[in-house]
Amino acid sequence: MLRLLSATCLAVCLCAATLVAAQQLQVPATITAGSGFAIPTTGSGTATFYLVGPSYATKREVNLGTEIQVSPREVRSAGRYIAILRHDGSSESGSFYVLAAKPASLSFLAHPSRVPVAQHDGIIGVAFVFDKWHNLVRQPQTVDFRLQAKDAAAVSQSVRSRDGVAWTLMNSGRKAGNMEFIATLGGVEEKRVIQQVASDPCHLQIKAERNPKGVLVETEPVRDCSGNPVSDGTVVTFTATDAQGRSTVDVPVKKDVAQAELKLAGPATISVASGVVMGNEVRVGGQP
Amino acid sequence: MKLAVVLVLATVALVILGFIFPVHQATTPGIVSGEALPGVGGSTNTPEAAVRSLLGDVQAHDWSRAYSLLANTSDVPKEAFIHDVNGNYGSLRTFSSLEGSRTRVLNENGDQALVRADMHWSTAVGPIYDVRELKVVRDNGSWKVVWPLEKQPNVPPQVVPVNYLRWDVIYRGPQDDWGTQNVDSPQVRIVSMNAVQNGRNLVIVGEVVNEDTVPAFVDINAILTGKNGQNLDEESSFDKIQHTLLPKQVSPYRIDFPGYNLSQVKSVRMEAKAMLVPASADPVIAVLNQHEQTNVLGRKVLSGDLLNESGRTVNIAQVLATYYDSNGKVIWVSDGYVDRALLPQTPEPFSVDMPDSTVGQVQSYRVTVNHYIRQQS
Repeated sequence: MLRLLSATCLAVCLCAATLVAAQQLQVPATITAGSGFAIPTTGSGTATFYLVGPSYATKREVNLGTEIQVSPREVRSAGRYIAILRHDGSSESGSFYVLAAKPASLSFLAHPSRVPVAQHDGIIGVAFVFDKWHNLVRQPQTVDFRLQAKDAAAVSQSVRSRDGVAWTLMNSGRKAGNMEFIATLGGVEEKRVIQQVASDPCHLQIKAERNPKGVLVETEPVRDCSGNPVSDGTVVTFTATDAQGRSTVDVPVKKDVAQAELKLAGPATISVASGVVMGNEVRVGGQP
Repeated sequence: MKLAVVLVLATVALVILGFIFPVHQATTPGIVSGEALPGVGGSTNTPEAAVRSLLGDVQAHDWSRAYSLLANTSDVPKEAFIHDVNGNYGSLRTFSSLEGSRTRVLNENGDQALVRADMHWSTAVGPIYDVRELKVVRDNGSWKVVWPLEKQPNVPPQVVPVNYLRWDVIYRGPQDDWGTQNVDSPQVRIVSMNAVQNGRNLVIVGEVVNEDTVPAFVDINAILTGKNGQNLDEESSFDKIQHTLLPKQVSPYRIDFPGYNLSQVKSVRMEAKAMLVPASADPVIAVLNQHEQTNVLGRKVLSGDLLNESGRTVNIAQVLATYYDSNGKVIWVSDGYVDRALLPQTPEPFSVDMPDSTVGQVQSYRVTVNHYIRQQS
């Protein structure tokens, strides 16, 4: 008795599955974004066709027994779509995936926009691969990253994208100035400009000279350890200590040199610093 | 009932005794004689009353009457006196009003006396305390004040060439695509941080440096985390920092947590926020002759002179002093506003407090200056 009941249940399930299968619309499992296709129908009379996608929905009357044409513009957005055909109180449906088309554009993020010279892994580039309908192309693609400075050999790296994203880390060069950071995929190219700037000052040196107004103190040309002149506007702090106390002045570098006139009458010791970098110390005698 | 009657009778008796034997108040040197103000039109029959009357007139902005109470009008032009007490050149004093004062007779000798006036100014940036020792002389039976005018030298007409850098910024526009390059925020770094218990307040002090090659507008936030990991409080450096930092410039910062104790805190989370802003390297303000000294109130202060080396008047200047111990650690940051404008090429004195708790530990110090310049149309 129990066996008979089990067999009956199995038969009912199979029949139901067959019926459901019969109500499935025949749609392709996947199609490429922006490419149209046709859905065959059977029977006669009219029916209502629905197509619902990630960013698109449509409803129209169709004749049964003819193919339903899905136009390219209806399937531009990648993602899962559901097609439903409803007639005489019953409905057939089917789902399919729209995949991104071939790569057509790159969104290229380059960071930072300014980087000190000689910085290991100081530059990061991230490229997002999109098709012409702005769908993320998740199929692996080879993106070429190229760092090109003026008067220097370009540095390149090829990276396979994963889930639509390719990224790389690159070292900054040794010479200050603008360089181009380019991401290329097929015929698509995106260009960013990275400004390589001088690093912290190195071997900060000053000289001091007494004049009728006080002491004129001036740095040697301020450069980083790679020999690049530091950016104009970099603040240099002169500190003078004499019998009156301590005097300080923050002076911006102008044309590689910072200078200040300190009103000091007696002997004094003058030191220099820029940021967290200390320079030399000089002693000046009193007014003659 | 009997007790009540006794108390009433005793009170009446004491009142009658008070009328019969009045106590004449004497001006005892060194003893606070009382809060001054209002003193508009007050008497000038004692040195202290004369000073109080003068300060009352200053508070009421009755310059003519205040000026009439001066003994040295021949040395002090009226305009100069008004500028001295009411400010000029858009200085902080012009945004101030005398809130109150305390007077104290330091000594009185025949026709001369010395009165100390502790003035409490209410300003746009908080209270400012000014102490002046005023000489008072008797003139035709009434007392008059010898006003110690701090003369501001006139800057001779001249052309000061200024060719320092200025930074302007063009940001990404709203019509630009996502992914289009923008200018990055400046790189700033907190180079030191120290939590100090100062009385009932927990204070975070330290320094921040702009490591970038562009100017930065910097603000420092601190979040106190309690023993159980909960956030106790969050505060920012507010005006105890040099907000606009040029490349490689170092600024001290101080963040106050009133009412918190170091023992309550498990950790402090610091956050430096930096924005790219247009800025100018002008003006350069030198800080000259910095030295520790004891002021008239017996407090240790750090004093010196500010010298505006540019050709523009700096309307309001704020001094930030960083104190270091023998290991180079920041142990305190104090600040003070200068209530007079910094005229070009003219030294202006300043002094900022050194807290008693740090006086013995201070090995060195560094002074930086914030400035505000009124936009010229």
